[in-house]
Amino acid sequence: MNWFIEIFRTSIGKKIVMAITGLGFSLFLLIHLIGNLTLYGGKELFMSYVEHLHALGPLIHVAEVGLLTFAIIHVVSGLILFWQNLQARPIRYKINKRAGGRTLGSATMPYTGVLILIFVVIHLLNFHFIDHSLQTAFQVISATFSVLPYVVFYTIAVIIVAIHVSHGFWSLFQTLGANHANYMPAIKGFGIIFSLLVAAGFGFIPVYVNFIM
Amino acid sequence: MISKSINLTLKVWRQSRGEKKGHLETYYAKDISVDMSFLEMIDVVNEDLTKIHKEPIAFDHDCREGICGMCGAVVNGRAHGHEKETTLCQLHMRHFSDGATIVIEPWRSRAFPLIKDLVVDRSALDKIIQAGGFISVNAGGAPDANALPIPREVAETAFNAAACIGCGACVAACPNASAMLFVSAKISQLALLPQGRPEGAKRVQAMVRQMDECGFGNCSNETECEVECPKGISILNIARLNREFLKAEFS
Ligand code: HEM
Ligand code: SF4
Ligand code: FES
Repeated sequence: MNWFIEIFRTSIGKKIVMAITGLGFSLFLLIHLIGNLTLYGGKELFMSYVEHLHALGPLIHVAEVGLLTFAIIHVVSGLILFWQNLQARPIRYKINKRAGGRTLGSATMPYTGVLILIFVVIHLLNFHFIDHSLQTAFQVISATFSVLPYVVFYTIAVIIVAIHVSHGFWSLFQTLGANHANYMPAIKGFGIIFSLLVAAGFGFIPVYVNFIM
Repeated sequence: MISKSINLTLKVWRQSRGEKKGHLETYYAKDISVDMSFLEMIDVVNEDLTKIHKEPIAFDHDCREGICGMCGAVVNGRAHGHEKETTLCQLHMRHFSDGATIVIEPWRSRAFPLIKDLVVDRSALDKIIQAGGFISVNAGGAPDANALPIPREVAETAFNAAACIGCGACVAACPNASAMLFVSAKISQLALLPQGRPEGAKRVQAMVRQMDECGFGNCSNETECEVECPKGISILNIARLNREFLKAEFS
């Protein structure tokens, strides 16, 4: 534990922790997305995915505990970094101009992060912390997304996740030192494509369930 | 040849020694030759101020040829002004249009306390170098060429990192006031060469911890520094710094 605290006290140490947990979330997003895409295949396909998932039994709980741990670490480190960065410039510039490095994603990381946290809590209250003996997963989804405000809310939330990942993905490679002139365009490009896939793949589900299904 | 002249309105940060708060003061720079550098333009304004017994604007400078790293100010929100890979002393007035208003502010960072007007104390950067930015053996005489084979690309990359003049524009331009570009240049110039390897791990651990202690912010890969750096130091050096740090901490 001592070595962890010793590394976490440094700026780069906290960044490494952000990068590893962020990578974990990105992998989770990918798996979650692939699973949810079964919704486009109709009710039967989706329910068979849910059954297969639940057949994993204790593995699911391991994953849940892992994700929760990662979430706490990512959020706490992110907030510490954000707070320290505010402290690092006590007197602000009168004129702020971007030189061309900053992007929508990079400039909003802490804000999109906090919004994601709020979204995840609501999302879990909607779909996870409910009585599953009364209704199937599919019934919950169609009930939720028959309410138009929910459709709008989920689609916007997923776009915010995509904005976070549009910077986070390449940033995590840079933080872990896994960057090189030859790979940089590929890593950046993949990050953008991945976040677009997240936005389109997840974002269209509520619309699809409400208007098309 | 008669060169073109322009008139400008300046809004300059004024703060006297020991004063807690400063403010933007307006000055008019008249008949400024477009062939002047930015610092020469301030010289002209200062001469006028001196003539009317006002305190001239304090600013740092030395070589005035873009190699020493002493000069620097944030001009209209851009560190060293808007020209690419240019120090303030090498920024020429031809890049400004007649009648323009120019806002001039000092580097802003908790780690760079303000001394006076546009002058800030950048000794935090020296402290980081003192923590490990050196090789602790005598270099001796120049060795025979190629006695120590170093691939050309490696030597070039090290040399490009060594171009850092320690001006602090990266800190000023960083939304988090992080000094990672500076530190990464100083780490890279040694880490890439065989002479720097033996102390590599110790060096990166000491320099990063000193950087944190000085009160700089944390890098969040915004990459503004790379765009503003007058010497074109690449953020790939920051990836190398992170790599060196990871290797050092986990071995
Ligand atoms: C789907 C959920 C999330 C994913 C996939 C994700 C992913 C990432 C990734 C990959 C990074 C880049 C790490 C690096 O630069 O090395 C990052 C950074 C960041 N995340 Fe998240 N994140 C998520 C949720 C959150 C939440 C809930 C918060 C906070 C309340 C948050 C706050 C931050 C902050 C502040 C940073 C920037 C840290 C810095 O570079 O200084 N994220 N995230
Ligand atoms: S990295 Fe560039 S901007 Fe930063 S101190 Fe060195 S020369 Fe100046
Ligand atoms: S005065 Fe030396 S770099 Fe500008």
